[in-house]
Amino acid sequence: MSTTTLPPGEKTRPAPARGRRAGISDRSRAERKLGWMLAGPAFAVMLLVTAYPILQAVYDSLFDFRLTDPENKSFTGLSNYSVILTDRIWWTSLAVTLLITVVTVAVELVLGFALALVMMKALSAIRPVIRAAILIPYAVITVVSAFAWQYAFSLDSGFVNSWLGWLPGISADTDWFGGTWKSLFVVCIAEIWKTTPFISLLLLAGLAQVPEVLQEAAKVDGATWWQRMRRVTIPNMKAAIMVALLFRSLDAFRVFDSIFIMTGGANNTETVSFLAYRQTIARLEIGLGSAVSVLLFVCVVLICALFIKGFKVDLASARGEG
Amino acid sequence: MSRKERNLWILGGIGIVVYALFPVAWIVSLSLKAPADIANQQFLPTKLSWTNYELILTGSASDLFLPALRNSFGICLIATAISCVLAMFAAYAIARLDFPGKKVILSTALGVAIFPVISIVTPLFNLWRQIGLYDTWPGLIIPYLSLTLPISIWTLSAFFREIPWEMEQAAQVDGATSWQAFRKVIVPLAAPGVFTTAIIAFFIAWNDFVYGISLTSTEASRPVPAALGLFSGASQFEAPNGPIAAAAVIVTIPVVVLVLLFQRRIVAGLTNGAVKG
Repeated sequence: MSTTTLPPGEKTRPAPARGRRAGISDRSRAERKLGWMLAGPAFAVMLLVTAYPILQAVYDSLFDFRLTDPENKSFTGLSNYSVILTDRIWWTSLAVTLLITVVTVAVELVLGFALALVMMKALSAIRPVIRAAILIPYAVITVVSAFAWQYAFSLDSGFVNSWLGWLPGISADTDWFGGTWKSLFVVCIAEIWKTTPFISLLLLAGLAQVPEVLQEAAKVDGATWWQRMRRVTIPNMKAAIMVALLFRSLDAFRVFDSIFIMTGGANNTETVSFLAYRQTIARLEIGLGSAVSVLLFVCVVLICALFIKGFKVDLASARGEG
Repeated sequence: MSRKERNLWILGGIGIVVYALFPVAWIVSLSLKAPADIANQQFLPTKLSWTNYELILTGSASDLFLPALRNSFGICLIATAISCVLAMFAAYAIARLDFPGKKVILSTALGVAIFPVISIVTPLFNLWRQIGLYDTWPGLIIPYLSLTLPISIWTLSAFFREIPWEMEQAAQVDGATSWQAFRKVIVPLAAPGVFTTAIIAFFIAWNDFVYGISLTSTEASRPVPAALGLFSGASQFEAPNGPIAAAAVIVTIPVVVLVLLFQRRIVAGLTNGAVKG
Protein backbone atom coordinates (compact mmCIF):
# COMPACT_ATOMS: atom_id res chain seq x y z
CA MET A 1 0.00 0.00 0.00
CA SER A 2 1.43 3.34 -0.91
CA THR A 3 1.17 6.00 1.73
CA THR A 4 1.80 9.66 1.57
CA THR A 5 3.96 11.38 4.11
CA LEU A 6 6.14 14.41 3.93
CA PRO A 7 9.88 13.81 3.72
CA PRO A 8 11.27 13.68 7.24
CA GLY A 9 13.16 16.92 7.01
CA GLU A 10 10.05 18.99 6.45
CA LYS A 11 8.20 17.66 9.46
CA THR A 12 10.79 18.13 12.15
CA ARG A 13 10.83 21.29 14.11
CA PRO A 14 13.81 23.61 13.82
CA ALA A 15 16.72 22.47 15.94
CA PRO A 16 17.18 24.25 19.27
CA ALA A 17 19.16 27.44 18.92
CA ARG A 18 21.57 26.45 21.64
CA GLY A 19 24.48 24.72 19.93
CA ARG A 20 26.43 22.03 21.66
CA ARG A 21 30.09 22.84 22.12
CA ALA A 22 32.76 20.20 21.79
CA GLY A 23 34.28 19.02 25.05
CA ILE A 24 33.08 19.84 28.53
CA SER A 25 33.58 23.45 29.45
CA ASP A 26 33.23 24.80 32.97
CA ARG A 27 29.92 26.26 32.00
CA SER A 28 28.44 22.99 30.85
CA ARG A 29 29.81 21.25 33.92
CA ALA A 30 28.07 23.82 36.09
CA GLU A 31 24.92 23.39 34.03
CA ARG A 32 25.07 19.66 34.49
CA LYS A 33 25.44 20.06 38.22
CA LEU A 34 22.56 22.52 38.45
CA GLY A 35 20.43 20.24 36.30
CA TRP A 36 20.88 17.32 38.64
CA MET A 37 20.38 19.52 41.70
CA LEU A 38 17.03 20.68 40.35
CA ALA A 39 15.82 17.42 38.90
CA GLY A 40 17.49 15.18 41.46
CA PRO A 41 14.81 15.28 44.16
CA ALA A 42 12.02 14.35 41.74
CA PHE A 43 14.21 11.60 40.29
CA ALA A 44 15.04 10.23 43.75
CA VAL A 45 11.38 10.24 44.82
CA MET A 46 10.35 8.37 41.69
CA LEU A 47 12.96 5.71 42.26
CA LEU A 48 12.10 5.46 45.93
CA VAL A 49 8.39 4.87 45.35
CA THR A 50 8.79 2.32 42.56
CA ALA A 51 12.24 0.79 42.25
CA TYR A 52 12.51 0.06 45.94
CA PRO A 53 9.08 -1.62 46.24
CA ILE A 54 9.55 -3.80 43.16
CA LEU A 55 12.96 -4.97 44.40
CA GLN A 56 11.43 -5.71 47.77
CA ALA A 57 8.66 -7.64 45.98
CA VAL A 58 11.23 -9.68 44.08
CA TYR A 59 12.95 -10.49 47.37
CA ASP A 60 9.71 -11.32 49.22
CA SER A 61 8.55 -13.53 46.36
CA LEU A 62 11.36 -15.96 47.17
CA PHE A 63 9.92 -16.73 50.60
CA ASP A 64 7.06 -18.71 51.97
CA PHE A 65 5.71 -15.84 54.05
CA ARG A 66 2.29 -15.30 55.58
CA LEU A 67 1.67 -12.20 57.66
CA THR A 68 -0.51 -14.21 60.02
CA ASP A 69 2.37 -16.59 60.61
CA PRO A 70 5.59 -14.51 60.45
CA GLU A 71 7.57 -16.98 62.57
CA ASN A 72 7.56 -19.60 59.85
CA LYS A 73 8.94 -17.38 57.12
CA SER A 74 11.26 -19.58 55.10
CA PHE A 75 13.28 -19.27 51.92
CA THR A 76 11.76 -21.37 49.19
CA GLY A 77 13.48 -20.06 46.07
CA LEU A 78 11.29 -20.00 43.00
CA SER A 79 8.62 -22.32 44.36
CA ASN A 80 6.06 -19.48 44.62
CA TYR A 81 6.45 -18.93 40.91
CA SER A 82 6.02 -22.58 40.09
CA VAL A 83 2.93 -22.70 42.32
CA ILE A 84 1.42 -19.77 40.43
CA LEU A 85 2.44 -20.77 36.94
CA THR A 86 1.02 -24.26 37.34
CA ASP A 87 -2.27 -23.00 38.77
CA ARG A 88 -5.31 -22.59 36.57
CA ILE A 89 -6.28 -19.43 38.49
CA TRP A 90 -3.26 -17.55 37.19
CA TRP A 91 -3.89 -18.50 33.58
CA THR A 92 -7.60 -17.70 33.86
CA SER A 93 -6.86 -14.29 35.29
CA LEU A 94 -4.22 -13.64 32.65
CA ALA A 95 -6.65 -14.62 29.91
CA VAL A 96 -9.39 -12.40 31.37
CA THR A 97 -6.96 -9.49 31.64
CA LEU A 98 -5.74 -9.93 28.06
CA LEU A 99 -9.31 -10.23 26.81
CA ILE A 100 -10.36 -7.02 28.55
CA THR A 101 -7.23 -5.27 27.26
CA VAL A 102 -7.65 -6.31 23.64
CA VAL A 103 -11.41 -5.71 23.47
CA THR A 104 -11.42 -2.34 25.23
CA VAL A 105 -8.39 -0.97 23.42
CA ALA A 106 -9.68 -2.07 20.01
CA VAL A 107 -13.12 -0.56 20.56
CA GLU A 108 -11.63 2.57 22.08
CA LEU A 109 -9.34 3.10 19.12
CA VAL A 110 -12.23 3.04 16.65
CA LEU A 111 -14.63 4.98 18.85
CA GLY A 112 -11.92 7.41 19.92
CA PHE A 113 -11.01 8.07 16.31
CA ALA A 114 -14.64 8.81 15.48
CA LEU A 115 -14.91 11.18 18.45
CA ALA A 116 -11.67 12.89 17.43
CA LEU A 117 -12.98 13.42 13.89
CA VAL A 118 -16.20 14.92 15.20
CA MET A 119 -14.28 17.20 17.57
CA MET A 120 -12.05 18.36 14.76
CA LYS A 121 -14.93 19.14 12.44
CA ALA A 122 -17.12 20.66 15.13
CA LEU A 123 -17.97 24.30 14.64
CA SER A 124 -15.97 26.57 16.86
CA ALA A 125 -19.16 27.74 18.57
CA ILE A 126 -19.96 24.33 20.04
CA ARG A 127 -16.40 23.11 20.41
CA PRO A 128 -16.06 24.16 24.08
CA VAL A 129 -19.26 22.29 24.93
CA ILE A 130 -18.01 19.12 23.28
CA ARG A 131 -14.60 19.47 24.86
CA ALA A 132 -16.06 19.89 28.34
CA ALA A 133 -18.40 16.94 27.77
CA ILE A 134 -15.64 14.64 26.61
CA LEU A 135 -13.51 15.47 29.62
CA ILE A 136 -16.23 14.38 32.02
CA PRO A 137 -15.75 10.61 31.62
CA TYR A 138 -12.02 11.19 31.95
CA ALA A 139 -12.48 13.10 35.20
CA VAL A 140 -15.17 10.93 36.80
CA ILE A 141 -13.44 8.50 39.11
CA THR A 142 -13.29 4.90 37.93
CA VAL A 143 -15.12 3.64 40.99
CA VAL A 144 -18.06 5.96 40.29
CA SER A 145 -18.17 4.92 36.65
CA ALA A 146 -18.11 1.26 37.71
CA PHE A 147 -21.00 1.80 40.13
CA ALA A 148 -23.01 3.75 37.54
CA TRP A 149 -22.75 0.97 34.97
CA GLN A 150 -23.21 -1.78 37.50
CA TYR A 151 -26.41 -0.24 38.84
CA ALA A 152 -27.65 0.41 35.31
CA PHE A 153 -27.39 -3.30 34.53
CA SER A 154 -28.09 -4.81 37.94
CA LEU A 155 -31.30 -6.65 38.70
CA ASP A 156 -32.17 -4.67 41.82
CA SER A 157 -31.86 -1.13 40.50
CA GLY A 158 -31.18 -1.27 36.77
CA PHE A 159 -33.15 -0.02 33.82
CA VAL A 160 -31.22 -1.75 31.03
CA ASN A 161 -33.34 -4.91 31.07
CA SER A 162 -36.55 -2.94 30.76
CA TRP A 163 -35.07 -0.74 28.01
CA LEU A 164 -33.54 -3.56 26.01
CA GLY A 165 -36.20 -6.16 26.70
CA TRP A 166 -37.13 -6.21 23.00
CA LEU A 167 -33.73 -7.66 22.11
CA PRO A 168 -33.55 -11.45 21.82
CA GLY A 169 -31.92 -12.97 24.89
CA ILE A 170 -32.65 -10.07 27.21
CA SER A 171 -35.63 -10.19 29.52
CA ALA A 172 -36.62 -8.53 32.78
CA ASP A 173 -34.68 -11.09 34.79
CA THR A 174 -31.47 -11.24 32.75
CA ASP A 175 -28.75 -11.39 35.38
CA TRP A 176 -25.82 -9.53 33.83
CA PHE A 177 -23.54 -10.44 36.69
CA GLY A 178 -24.49 -14.10 36.77
CA GLY A 179 -21.97 -15.34 34.23
CA THR A 180 -18.44 -14.69 33.03
CA TRP A 181 -19.19 -13.32 29.57
CA LYS A 182 -22.04 -11.05 30.55
CA SER A 183 -20.09 -9.68 33.51
CA LEU A 184 -17.04 -9.02 31.37
CA PHE A 185 -19.26 -7.34 28.78
CA VAL A 186 -20.49 -4.81 31.34
CA VAL A 187 -16.97 -4.33 32.73
CA CYS A 188 -15.70 -3.59 29.22
CA ILE A 189 -18.50 -1.08 28.62
CA ALA A 190 -17.61 0.77 31.81
CA GLU A 191 -13.90 0.79 30.94
CA ILE A 192 -14.55 1.92 27.38
CA TRP A 193 -16.84 4.74 28.47
CA LYS A 194 -14.34 6.02 30.99
CA THR A 195 -11.15 5.88 28.93
CA THR A 196 -12.18 6.56 25.32
CA PRO A 197 -12.00 10.35 25.88
CA PHE A 198 -8.31 10.14 26.73
CA ILE A 199 -7.53 8.18 23.58
CA SER A 200 -9.66 10.50 21.46
CA LEU A 201 -7.87 13.60 22.78
CA LEU A 202 -4.51 12.06 21.92
CA LEU A 203 -5.81 11.16 18.45
CA LEU A 204 -7.23 14.67 18.02
CA ALA A 205 -3.78 16.10 18.73
CA GLY A 206 -2.39 13.67 16.16
CA LEU A 207 -5.04 14.66 13.60
CA ALA A 208 -4.15 18.30 14.01
CA GLN A 209 -0.59 17.48 12.95
CA VAL A 210 -1.52 15.99 9.60
CA PRO A 211 -0.32 18.55 7.05
CA GLU A 212 -3.26 20.28 5.38
CA VAL A 213 -1.32 20.48 2.09
CA LEU A 214 -1.37 16.73 1.70
CA GLN A 215 -5.13 16.59 2.24
CA GLU A 216 -5.66 19.29 -0.35
CA ALA A 217 -3.31 17.62 -2.82
CA ALA A 218 -5.12 14.30 -2.43
CA LYS A 219 -8.44 16.06 -2.88
CA VAL A 220 -7.23 17.71 -6.09
CA ASP A 221 -6.08 14.34 -7.35
CA GLY A 222 -9.63 13.08 -6.87
CA ALA A 223 -9.12 10.85 -3.86
CA THR A 224 -12.30 9.84 -2.05
CA TRP A 225 -12.77 10.51 1.66
CA TRP A 226 -11.96 6.92 2.49
CA GLN A 227 -8.82 6.95 0.34
CA ARG A 228 -7.61 10.18 1.94
CA MET A 229 -8.23 8.67 5.35
CA ARG A 230 -6.31 5.48 4.60
CA ARG A 231 -3.45 6.87 2.55
CA VAL A 232 -2.93 10.33 4.02
CA THR A 233 -4.47 10.86 7.43
CA ILE A 234 -3.72 7.59 9.20
CA PRO A 235 -0.12 7.13 7.97
CA ASN A 236 0.67 10.69 9.01
CA MET A 237 -0.62 10.24 12.53
CA LYS A 238 0.83 6.80 13.10
CA ALA A 239 3.04 8.03 15.93
CA ALA A 240 0.07 9.47 17.81
CA ILE A 241 -1.96 6.30 17.28
CA MET A 242 0.85 4.09 18.55
CA VAL A 243 1.48 6.19 21.64
CA ALA A 244 -2.24 6.20 22.44
CA LEU A 245 -2.38 2.44 21.95
CA LEU A 246 0.63 1.78 24.11
CA PHE A 247 -0.58 3.91 26.98
CA ARG A 248 -4.09 2.54 26.91
CA SER A 249 -2.93 -1.07 26.61
CA LEU A 250 -0.71 -0.76 29.66
CA ASP A 251 -3.46 1.03 31.53
CA ALA A 252 -6.08 -1.53 30.54
CA PHE A 253 -3.80 -4.38 31.54
CA ARG A 254 -3.80 -3.08 35.11
CA VAL A 255 -7.60 -3.10 35.35
CA PHE A 256 -8.63 -3.44 38.96
CA ASP A 257 -11.17 -0.89 40.14
CA SER A 258 -14.02 -1.94 37.86
CA ILE A 259 -13.51 -5.62 38.66
CA PHE A 260 -13.43 -4.97 42.38
CA ILE A 261 -16.64 -2.92 42.29
CA MET A 262 -18.66 -4.74 39.66
CA THR A 263 -17.93 -8.41 40.14
CA GLY A 264 -15.50 -8.79 43.01
CA GLY A 265 -13.77 -11.39 40.87
CA ALA A 266 -16.81 -13.69 40.90
CA ASN A 267 -17.61 -16.03 37.98
CA ASN A 268 -14.00 -16.21 36.78
CA THR A 269 -13.74 -12.49 36.16
CA GLU A 270 -10.60 -12.07 38.26
CA THR A 271 -7.83 -10.06 36.60
CA VAL A 272 -4.11 -10.28 37.35
CA SER A 273 -4.15 -7.11 39.46
CA PHE A 274 -7.11 -8.41 41.42
CA LEU A 275 -5.37 -11.73 41.99
CA ALA A 276 -2.31 -9.95 43.39
CA TYR A 277 -4.55 -7.86 45.64
CA ARG A 278 -6.45 -10.88 46.90
CA GLN A 279 -3.29 -12.83 47.73
CA THR A 280 -1.65 -9.96 49.55
CA ILE A 281 -4.34 -7.91 51.23
CA ALA A 282 -7.14 -10.40 51.71
CA ARG A 283 -5.13 -13.57 52.35
CA LEU A 284 -1.96 -11.90 53.71
CA GLU A 285 0.19 -14.28 51.65
CA ILE A 286 3.03 -11.82 51.15
CA GLY A 287 5.25 -14.36 49.38
CA LEU A 288 2.66 -15.50 46.84
CA GLY A 289 1.24 -11.99 46.40
CA SER A 290 4.71 -10.61 45.72
CA ALA A 291 5.33 -13.29 43.13
CA VAL A 292 2.06 -12.38 41.35
CA SER A 293 3.07 -8.71 41.51
CA VAL A 294 6.43 -9.47 39.97
CA LEU A 295 4.82 -11.52 37.21
CA LEU A 296 2.40 -8.66 36.52
CA PHE A 297 5.34 -6.29 36.28
CA VAL A 298 7.08 -8.64 33.86
CA CYS A 299 3.91 -8.74 31.71
CA VAL A 300 3.82 -4.95 31.55
CA VAL A 301 7.47 -4.82 30.54
CA LEU A 302 6.80 -7.43 27.85
CA ILE A 303 3.86 -5.47 26.43
CA CYS A 304 6.02 -2.37 26.39
CA ALA A 305 8.84 -4.19 24.63
CA LEU A 306 6.38 -5.63 22.11
CA PHE A 307 5.13 -2.17 21.22
CA ILE A 308 8.54 -0.55 21.05
CA LYS A 309 10.35 -3.34 19.21
CA GLY A 310 7.46 -4.94 17.34
CA PHE A 311 5.51 -1.89 16.27
CA LYS A 312 8.51 0.42 16.31
CA VAL A 313 6.88 2.97 18.56
CA ASP A 314 9.40 5.69 19.04
CA LEU A 315 8.33 7.33 22.25
CA ALA A 316 11.12 9.85 22.12
CA SER A 317 10.12 11.26 18.75
CA ALA A 318 6.41 10.98 19.43
CA ARG A 319 6.89 13.01 22.56
CA GLY A 320 9.09 15.58 20.91
CA GLU A 321 12.22 14.53 22.72
CA GLY A 322 14.27 14.00 19.54
CA MET B 1 -18.81 22.20 3.82
CA SER B 2 -22.25 21.37 2.50
CA ARG B 3 -25.31 21.92 4.63
CA LYS B 4 -25.96 18.21 4.90
CA GLU B 5 -22.40 17.53 5.95
CA ARG B 6 -22.59 20.30 8.55
CA ASN B 7 -25.71 18.86 10.09
CA LEU B 8 -24.03 15.49 10.23
CA TRP B 9 -21.13 16.86 12.25
CA ILE B 10 -23.49 18.71 14.57
CA LEU B 11 -25.34 15.46 15.10
CA GLY B 12 -22.01 13.82 15.93
CA GLY B 13 -21.33 16.55 18.46
CA ILE B 14 -24.67 15.96 20.14
CA GLY B 15 -23.82 12.27 20.16
CA ILE B 16 -20.61 12.98 22.06
CA VAL B 17 -22.42 15.05 24.66
CA VAL B 18 -25.02 12.32 25.19
CA TYR B 19 -22.29 9.68 25.35
CA ALA B 20 -20.37 11.61 27.99
CA LEU B 21 -23.30 12.63 30.15
CA PHE B 22 -25.53 9.58 30.02
CA PRO B 23 -24.00 7.55 32.90
CA VAL B 24 -23.55 10.72 34.94
CA ALA B 25 -27.21 11.61 34.45
CA TRP B 26 -28.13 8.08 35.44
CA ILE B 27 -26.20 8.15 38.71
CA VAL B 28 -27.71 11.57 39.54
CA SER B 29 -31.16 10.19 38.78
CA LEU B 30 -30.53 7.09 40.88
CA SER B 31 -29.33 9.20 43.80
CA LEU B 32 -32.62 11.10 43.77
CA LYS B 33 -34.76 7.99 44.01
CA ALA B 34 -36.52 7.20 47.26
CA PRO B 35 -35.71 3.74 48.72
CA ALA B 36 -38.98 2.34 47.43
CA ASP B 37 -38.20 3.73 44.00
CA ILE B 38 -34.73 2.21 43.55
CA ALA B 39 -36.06 -0.99 42.01
CA ASN B 40 -38.59 0.68 39.70
CA GLN B 41 -36.55 -0.49 36.68
CA GLN B 42 -36.80 2.96 35.15
CA PHE B 43 -34.18 5.55 34.38
CA LEU B 44 -35.98 8.35 36.21
CA PRO B 45 -37.37 8.42 39.74
CA THR B 46 -41.14 8.59 40.03
CA LYS B 47 -40.74 11.19 42.75
CA LEU B 48 -37.67 13.25 43.71
CA SER B 49 -36.30 12.43 47.13
CA TRP B 50 -33.32 13.71 49.10
CA THR B 51 -33.27 10.72 51.45
CA ASN B 52 -29.99 9.35 50.09
CA TYR B 53 -28.19 12.66 50.49
CA GLU B 54 -29.52 13.06 54.02
CA LEU B 55 -28.28 9.59 54.87
CA ILE B 56 -24.70 10.20 53.80
CA LEU B 57 -24.42 13.84 54.87
CA THR B 58 -26.21 13.88 58.22
CA GLY B 59 -27.60 10.40 58.75
CA SER B 60 -26.15 7.08 59.81
CA ALA B 61 -23.70 6.81 56.91
CA SER B 62 -22.21 10.25 57.47
CA ASP B 63 -19.49 8.98 59.80
CA LEU B 64 -18.30 6.73 56.97
CA PHE B 65 -18.57 9.28 54.19
CA LEU B 66 -17.58 12.65 55.65
CA PRO B 67 -14.20 11.60 57.10
CA ALA B 68 -13.43 9.90 53.79
CA LEU B 69 -14.22 13.12 51.95
CA ARG B 70 -11.92 15.05 54.26
CA ASN B 71 -9.14 12.46 53.83
CA SER B 72 -9.46 12.51 50.06
CA PHE B 73 -9.27 16.29 49.82
CA GLY B 74 -6.37 16.53 52.27
CA ILE B 75 -4.29 13.67 50.91
CA CYS B 76 -4.85 14.55 47.25
CA LEU B 77 -4.10 18.24 47.73
CA ILE B 78 -0.88 17.54 49.64
CA ALA B 79 0.28 14.91 47.14
CA THR B 80 -0.52 17.29 44.27
CA ALA B 81 1.34 20.16 45.91
CA ILE B 82 4.44 18.08 46.62
CA SER B 83 4.60 16.61 43.14
CA CYS B 84 4.05 20.02 41.53
CA VAL B 85 6.92 21.59 43.45
CA LEU B 86 9.27 18.68 42.71
CA ALA B 87 8.16 18.60 39.08
CA MET B 88 8.63 22.36 38.72
CA PHE B 89 12.33 22.12 39.52
CA ALA B 90 12.77 19.03 37.37
CA ALA B 91 10.85 20.45 34.42
CA TYR B 92 12.79 23.71 34.61
CA ALA B 93 16.03 21.76 34.41
CA ILE B 94 14.72 19.65 31.53
CA ALA B 95 13.39 22.59 29.56
CA ARG B 96 16.19 25.07 30.08
CA LEU B 97 19.42 23.32 30.90
CA ASP B 98 21.55 21.15 28.70
CA PHE B 99 22.60 18.15 30.72
CA PRO B 100 22.87 14.48 29.92
CA GLY B 101 20.51 13.33 32.68
CA LYS B 102 17.48 14.78 30.88
CA LYS B 103 16.67 11.65 28.98
CA VAL B 104 17.19 9.45 32.03
CA ILE B 105 14.73 11.52 34.05
CA LEU B 106 12.07 11.58 31.34
CA SER B 107 12.41 7.84 30.71
CA THR B 108 12.20 7.16 34.44
CA ALA B 109 9.03 9.24 34.63
CA LEU B 110 7.61 7.24 31.75
CA GLY B 111 8.61 3.99 33.41
CA VAL B 112 6.98 4.99 36.67
CA ALA B 113 3.82 6.10 34.86
CA ILE B 114 3.31 2.68 33.30
CA PHE B 115 4.25 0.82 36.46
CA PRO B 116 1.52 -1.56 37.65
CA VAL B 117 0.30 0.06 40.85
CA ILE B 118 -0.60 -3.22 42.50
CA SER B 119 3.05 -4.32 42.31
CA ILE B 120 3.95 -1.43 44.60
CA VAL B 121 1.12 -2.17 46.99
CA THR B 122 2.30 -5.61 48.09
CA PRO B 123 5.70 -4.56 49.49
CA LEU B 124 4.39 -1.24 50.82
CA PHE B 125 1.58 -2.99 52.68
CA ASN B 126 4.13 -5.02 54.61
CA LEU B 127 6.61 -2.17 55.11
CA TRP B 128 3.97 0.36 56.20
CA ARG B 129 2.75 -2.05 58.87
CA GLN B 130 6.26 -2.42 60.22
CA ILE B 131 7.12 1.28 60.36
CA GLY B 132 3.69 2.53 61.39
CA LEU B 133 2.65 4.28 58.20
CA TYR B 134 -0.24 1.89 57.56
CA ASP B 135 -3.57 3.73 57.68
CA THR B 136 -2.04 7.20 57.96
CA TRP B 137 -2.09 10.24 55.65
CA PRO B 138 1.66 10.08 54.84
CA GLY B 139 1.18 6.39 54.16
CA LEU B 140 -1.00 7.36 51.19
CA ILE B 141 0.68 10.62 50.21
CA ILE B 142 4.02 8.90 49.52
CA PRO B 143 2.66 6.23 47.16
CA TYR B 144 0.38 8.84 45.51
CA LEU B 145 3.57 10.56 44.37
CA SER B 146 4.22 7.55 42.13
CA LEU B 147 0.96 8.43 40.36
CA THR B 148 1.20 12.22 40.26
CA LEU B 149 4.91 12.94 39.87
CA PRO B 150 5.60 11.33 36.47
CA ILE B 151 2.66 12.98 34.74
CA SER B 152 3.55 16.29 36.38
CA ILE B 153 7.10 16.12 35.08
CA TRP B 154 5.95 15.27 31.54
CA THR B 155 3.23 17.87 31.39
CA LEU B 156 5.29 20.64 32.94
CA SER B 157 8.35 20.03 30.79
CA ALA B 158 6.13 20.26 27.73
CA PHE B 159 4.70 23.57 28.99
CA PHE B 160 8.06 24.96 30.06
CA ARG B 161 9.62 24.16 26.71
CA GLU B 162 7.22 26.62 25.09
CA ILE B 163 7.98 29.54 27.40
CA PRO B 164 10.07 32.25 25.72
CA TRP B 165 12.73 32.31 28.41
CA GLU B 166 14.73 35.02 26.60
CA MET B 167 12.18 37.48 27.92
CA GLU B 168 13.79 37.18 31.32
CA GLN B 169 17.05 38.55 29.97
CA ALA B 170 15.19 41.15 27.98
CA ALA B 171 13.58 42.41 31.17
CA GLN B 172 16.94 42.51 32.90
CA VAL B 173 18.41 44.48 30.03
CA ASP B 174 15.54 46.90 30.48
CA GLY B 175 16.65 47.42 34.06
CA ALA B 176 14.67 44.88 36.06
CA THR B 177 16.45 43.05 38.88
CA SER B 178 16.64 39.29 38.48
CA TRP B 179 13.92 38.87 41.09
CA GLN B 180 11.67 41.33 39.29
CA ALA B 181 12.39 39.65 35.98
CA PHE B 182 11.47 36.31 37.49
CA ARG B 183 8.37 37.53 39.30
CA LYS B 184 6.96 39.84 36.64
CA VAL B 185 7.94 37.91 33.52
CA ILE B 186 8.54 34.25 34.21
CA VAL B 187 5.94 33.56 36.88
CA PRO B 188 2.99 34.83 34.80
CA LEU B 189 4.23 32.80 31.83
CA ALA B 190 4.76 29.63 33.84
CA ALA B 191 1.74 29.83 36.14
CA PRO B 192 -0.89 28.49 33.70
CA GLY B 193 1.23 25.42 32.99
CA VAL B 194 1.79 24.75 36.67
CA PHE B 195 -1.88 25.24 37.39
CA THR B 196 -2.96 22.85 34.62
CA THR B 197 -0.46 20.27 35.79
CA ALA B 198 -1.84 20.56 39.30
CA ILE B 199 -5.39 19.90 38.06
CA ILE B 200 -4.36 16.82 36.11
CA ALA B 201 -2.30 15.50 39.03
CA PHE B 202 -5.23 16.11 41.35
CA PHE B 203 -7.58 14.14 39.06
CA ILE B 204 -5.21 11.20 39.10
CA ALA B 205 -4.80 11.21 42.86
CA TRP B 206 -8.56 11.69 43.36
CA ASN B 207 -9.19 8.67 41.12
CA ASP B 208 -6.94 6.29 43.05
CA PHE B 209 -8.58 3.18 44.40
CA VAL B 210 -5.83 0.56 44.68
CA TYR B 211 -3.72 2.36 47.28
CA GLY B 212 -6.76 3.62 49.12
CA ILE B 213 -8.25 0.20 49.58
CA SER B 214 -4.97 -1.59 50.35
CA LEU B 215 -3.11 0.77 52.65
CA THR B 216 -5.88 2.00 54.92
CA SER B 217 -8.23 0.32 57.35
CA THR B 218 -10.21 3.04 59.18
CA GLU B 219 -11.70 6.50 58.77
CA ALA B 220 -8.33 7.89 59.89
CA SER B 221 -7.08 7.90 56.31
CA ARG B 222 -9.49 6.02 54.06
CA PRO B 223 -10.19 8.09 50.92
CA VAL B 224 -13.58 8.34 49.21
CA PRO B 225 -13.18 5.76 46.41
CA ALA B 226 -12.15 3.13 48.94
CA ALA B 227 -14.99 4.10 51.28
CA LEU B 228 -17.42 3.81 48.36
CA GLY B 229 -16.02 0.41 47.49
CA LEU B 230 -16.59 -0.77 51.03
CA PHE B 231 -20.09 0.70 51.41
CA SER B 232 -21.40 -2.16 49.36
CA GLY B 233 -19.71 -4.76 51.51
CA ALA B 234 -20.76 -3.44 54.91
CA SER B 235 -24.45 -3.92 55.50
CA GLN B 236 -24.77 -0.52 57.11
CA PHE B 237 -27.95 0.13 55.17
CA GLU B 238 -30.52 -2.10 53.62
CA ALA B 239 -29.95 -1.29 49.96
CA PRO B 240 -26.70 0.64 49.52
CA ASN B 241 -27.37 1.59 45.89
CA GLY B 242 -29.10 4.89 46.65
CA PRO B 243 -26.61 6.22 49.22
CA ILE B 244 -23.66 5.10 47.09
CA ALA B 245 -25.15 6.93 44.13
CA ALA B 246 -25.54 10.06 46.25
CA ALA B 247 -21.95 9.80 47.50
CA ALA B 248 -20.78 9.21 43.92
CA VAL B 249 -22.54 12.38 42.80
CA ILE B 250 -20.91 14.39 45.58
CA VAL B 251 -17.38 13.21 44.73
CA THR B 252 -18.04 13.87 41.06
CA ILE B 253 -19.06 17.50 41.61
CA PRO B 254 -15.52 18.86 42.26
CA VAL B 255 -14.06 17.26 39.14
CA VAL B 256 -16.95 18.37 36.97
CA VAL B 257 -16.54 21.95 38.21
CA LEU B 258 -12.81 21.82 37.43
CA VAL B 259 -13.54 20.42 33.98
CA LEU B 260 -16.12 23.08 33.17
CA LEU B 261 -13.87 25.92 34.32
CA PHE B 262 -10.60 24.80 32.81
CA GLN B 263 -11.50 22.47 29.94
CA ARG B 264 -9.25 24.15 27.41
CA ARG B 265 -6.22 24.04 29.62
CA ILE B 266 -6.81 20.46 30.68
CA VAL B 267 -6.98 19.31 27.07
CA ALA B 268 -3.80 21.23 26.28
CA GLY B 269 -2.06 19.73 29.29
CA LEU B 270 -3.15 16.17 28.53
CA THR B 271 -2.10 16.25 24.91
CA ASN B 272 0.93 18.53 25.23
CA GLY B 273 2.68 16.08 27.47
CA ALA B 274 1.70 13.07 25.43
CA VAL B 275 1.84 13.81 21.72
CA LYS B 276 4.23 16.35 20.43
CA GLY B 277 5.46 16.15 16.86
